[in-house]
Amino acid sequence: MDTTIFLFLLQDGVINGAVYALVAIALVLVFAVTRVIFVPQGEFVAFAALTVAALENGVAPSTPWLLLALGILAAISDIVWHFRDLTWKRIVRIALLDLALPVALLLLTQALAPMKLGQLANILLAIALITPMGPMIYRIAFEPLAHSSVLVLLMAAFGVHFSLIGLGLVFFGPEGSGTTPLSSASFSLGDLVVTGQSVAVLVVTAVLLVLFALFFGRTLLGKALRACSSNRIGARLVGIPTSVAGQFSFAIAALLGAVSGILVGPLMTVFYDSGFLIGLKAFVAAIIGGLVSYPLTVIAALGVGFAEALFSFWASNFKEVLVFTLIIPVLAWRSIYAPYHEESE
Amino acid sequence: MKSLRSFAPPIVAAVLLIAPFTGWLPDYWVTLFNYIGISSLVAIGLVLLTGVGGMTSFGQSAFVGFGAYTTGVLTVHFGISPWLTLPAALLVTMAVAATVGAVTVRLSGHYLPLATIAWGIAFFYLFGNISWLGAHDGLPGIPALRVGSHQLIDPKEYFVVVWIAVVLAVIATQNLLNGRVGRAIRALRRSTRAAEAFGVNTAGAKLMVFVYAAMLAGLAGWLYAHFQRSVSPGPFGVVAGTEYLLMAVLGGAGRVYGAILGAAGITVLRDQLQNVLPWLFGHTGNFESIAYGAVLVLVLQTASNGLWPILFGPPPPPKPPTPRDGDQLPAKVLPAPGVRLLQVQDAKKTFGGLVAVNDVNFEVESSRIIGLIGPNGAGKSTTFNLITGALPLTSGAIAFEGHPLQAQTPQRAAALGLGRTFQHVEIVPDMSVIENVALGANLLGHAGVFRAMLKLDRAEEAKLFATAQRQLERVGLADVAMQPAGTLALGQLRLVEVARALCLNPILLLLDEPAAGLRVGEKKALAKLLREVRSEGVSVLLVEHDMDFVMSLADHLVVLDFGTKIAEGVPADIRKNPAVLEAYLGGVS
Repeated sequence: MDTTIFLFLLQDGVINGAVYALVAIALVLVFAVTRVIFVPQGEFVAFAALTVAALENGVAPSTPWLLLALGILAAISDIVWHFRDLTWKRIVRIALLDLALPVALLLLTQALAPMKLGQLANILLAIALITPMGPMIYRIAFEPLAHSSVLVLLMAAFGVHFSLIGLGLVFFGPEGSGTTPLSSASFSLGDLVVTGQSVAVLVVTAVLLVLFALFFGRTLLGKALRACSSNRIGARLVGIPTSVAGQFSFAIAALLGAVSGILVGPLMTVFYDSGFLIGLKAFVAAIIGGLVSYPLTVIAALGVGFAEALFSFWASNFKEVLVFTLIIPVLAWRSIYAPYHEESE
Repeated sequence: MKSLRSFAPPIVAAVLLIAPFTGWLPDYWVTLFNYIGISSLVAIGLVLLTGVGGMTSFGQSAFVGFGAYTTGVLTVHFGISPWLTLPAALLVTMAVAATVGAVTVRLSGHYLPLATIAWGIAFFYLFGNISWLGAHDGLPGIPALRVGSHQLIDPKEYFVVVWIAVVLAVIATQNLLNGRVGRAIRALRRSTRAAEAFGVNTAGAKLMVFVYAAMLAGLAGWLYAHFQRSVSPGPFGVVAGTEYLLMAVLGGAGRVYGAILGAAGITVLRDQLQNVLPWLFGHTGNFESIAYGAVLVLVLQTASNGLWPILFGPPPPPKPPTPRDGDQLPAKVLPAPGVRLLQVQDAKKTFGGLVAVNDVNFEVESSRIIGLIGPNGAGKSTTFNLITGALPLTSGAIAFEGHPLQAQTPQRAAALGLGRTFQHVEIVPDMSVIENVALGANLLGHAGVFRAMLKLDRAEEAKLFATAQRQLERVGLADVAMQPAGTLALGQLRLVEVARALCLNPILLLLDEPAAGLRVGEKKALAKLLREVRSEGVSVLLVEHDMDFVMSLADHLVVLDFGTKIAEGVPADIRKNPAVLEAYLGGVS
C-alpha cells in the first residue's frame, strides 16, 4: 500500500467515521437517558436520505404518511396507557402533536414537493419530517416499558427495528436512491483529491458535536438530561420529568439521524434497510465508548470508519465479518474493567 | 390425575406418529408443523439459555447455520451419508459454541447480548463469503435422509423425524432442569452468589448451558438442511436469531413447553401474514416484519412472562423422588468439640483508601456459637465475606482446619464445609422451596449433565431431596416445601437460607443477620435450632444486630468497631466492657 492509497483510505474512513460518530453519539445519548439500546437509530438515517432523494426528484415523499401513521399509533398508545387519568391537557397535546402536526407537514410536503425549492428547503423539510418520529416511537414502544431491564428494552428496540424496516419498505419501496452532493467542488492536496462533500461532512459533524457539547455543558435542559442519565430516581426527586427527558433525547436522536442521512445520501445508494448496518457500526463505536463517553465514542467512530476502509481494501468480502468481530475483544475488555451492574428490579 | 400424567407421553407419541398419515392434516400444514418443530428445538435451547440461565442471545441462528452447513458440506462435497453427519454437525456446533461461549458467557449485563449480535452478524457474513460454502448462493442438492433405500422426502415422513427429535429434546431438557445441575442453572439468573456459595462453578455452568443451547440449534440446522435439501446464508442471520428469541419470549421465556407454543405462534403468524398482507397491500414485501415487531413490543409491554403462564398457569410443583428406606447420604464426620476450626490472623481489607477491616484476629472452635457484633459500618459483613471467599484479603491470613484460605473462592469455602446465609436474601424465587434448599446439597451429589438428561440420577436425587426435606422440617417450613420460594415472607426466606446452609453438611455455619425480619416465636425456634446444631458438633458464626438474641445464644463474642476488634469474651463480660458501651452508646464523659 502506498501513501496515496493510504491517504485515500484515510479520507474515506474519516468521512464514514464522521457519520458513524453522529449516529453513535445519538445512541449514547438515548442509552444514557432512557437505558434503551436504540437499534433502529439507523432507520432515521435511511429514511432521511430517501426523503431528500424523493424531494430532489420533485416527488412528494411518503415520509409524512409514515409520520402520520406513527402519530396515530402514539395517540392510541397514550390514550390506552393513560385511560384512567386522561386530562384535557393531554388530549390537546395528543391532538396537536400527534395528529395536527403530521397532517400539517403532509399538506406542506404535498404543496412544496412539485416546486423543487432547492437543496436547503429539501434538507429542512426532511429534518422536520424525521425529528418528530423520535418522541413518537419513544411513547409507543418504550415509555410503557420505562421501568423494565436493559434487556427487555433491547428486545423492544429490536421489535421497533423490525416494524420500521417493514414500514420503510411499504412507504419507500425497494428501490435505492442517492442524493446530490452538498458541494460539487473538489481540490487536490498533493496526490489526494478532496471532494467538497467530504469537507461538508466533516464541517457539519464538527459543528454538531460542538453544539452538542455546549448544550450538555451550558444549558439547564442539557444538565437536566445529564442528571437523568446519571441517576433516574434522583432526577425525578428533584423534579425533572423523566418522560419528557426520554422524549427529548429521542427527538435529538432522530434529528442527528436525519442529519446523518442527509450527509450519507450523496456518498452511497441508500435503501429502506440500509440504516441497520450504519446503525450497527455506529453501535460498535458507542460500545467502545462504553455507552457513556462522548469523546471516546467519536474517536472510536472514526476508528471504525478507518478500520472499515482498510478491511475493504485488504479483504473486501470479509469487511463486515472483521468489523463486527472487532467488537468482541472490546466487549471482553469492558466487561472486565468496567463491569455493568444491572440495577435491581 | 396421576394416571393421566403417566399415560400422557405414550399418547402424545402415538398422536405424533399417526397424525400426519390420517389424511386430516393437509400437506401444507404438515410442512408448517415440520418448520415449527425445527424452530422449537432452537427455542427450547433459548429457553434454557435466556429464560432460565439469564443469557440473552440474538445469535442462535448462527449455530443453526453451523449445523446445516456441516451436513451440507459433508454430504455434497464428500458424499458422506446424512445420518453420519449428525454427530459431525453436533460436534462442530459444540466446538464453535465452546470457543465463542468461552468469551461470551463471561461478559456482564447487556454486553452479553450485544456480543451475540456482533458474532451473529459476523458469522452471517462469513457464511455468505466462503466459496466452498457456496457463498451467497449456498449449497444446493443436499441428499434427503434415508431409511434403507427409502428416501424421507415426503413431509409426512419427515414430520415423524422432526417431532421425535423435539420430544427427545423436551424430555432431556426437562430432566436436566429437574436435576442437580439443573438447580444450579436455575440459580444463575437471579442468585449467582448463592449458587457460588454452595460450590457451583457458575462460569462453567453458564458455558455448559450455552453449549447445550447451541447444540440444540445445531440439531435444528441438520434437520433443516435435510428437509430443505439446500442451505443458503439467509436463514442464519441476526433477523432469524431475533425471531428465535421472539419465539422463546412469546411462549414464556422460562418454560420448555412455552418454546413450542412460541415457535408455533410465530411460524403460523409469519405464514398467515405472508399470505394475507400482500393481498391487503396489493404488492409483496416483508410486511410480516411489521407485525413481528409489533407483536414483540406488545408482548413485552403486556405479558412479559409470555403466553404459556397465562394459558396454563404457574409451573407444577416438583415431584421429588422418594428414597428407599434407610438410604441416606453419609453423615459428615465432625471434629471433636473444642478443636480450633477457623483462625483469622491480622485480616485486613481495604477498599481504596477505606480500611473496612483492620488487622482483625479471632478464632472459632468446634461446637461453639460465636457472635460477631458491632455498630453499623463496623466491618462485620466484610469480615464475613472474607471468610466465605466472596472478597479477597488485602493482607493477613485466614485458615480453616489448617487450610490457608489466601486464594479463597466461595466454591472452595463450600467444599471445606463453610455453609452461609446472606444478609440480603439470595433465593431463586420461581423455584420451589425444597429445590432451593436442595441447592445447598449441590456438593453432596455427583450426577452430571448426561445422567440428569437420561434420568439416571433418581437414586441420588432421592437422597438429596430427603436431606432437604429433613432440614426444612428442622426449620419448621416442611408445610411450604412445594411452594414457589417467591411466595414466602422475608422471615421464612431467612429460615430457608438456614436450611439450605445446613444441607451442605457444614462444619461451620455462617449466618448473616438470620434473625432480622423474624417474629418473636420464630426467633425462639431459630435459637433452639442453633443450640441443637451446636450440640451435634457444628460451629456457628453469627453476625447479628438483635442483642437479646445474640447474647442469649453465643458462647463467645467478638466486637468490631470501625473495622478494628475492640473486645472479645463471654457475653456477660462484653455487656460490661466500657469500650463496647462507648462504641454502641457514645462516650460517657
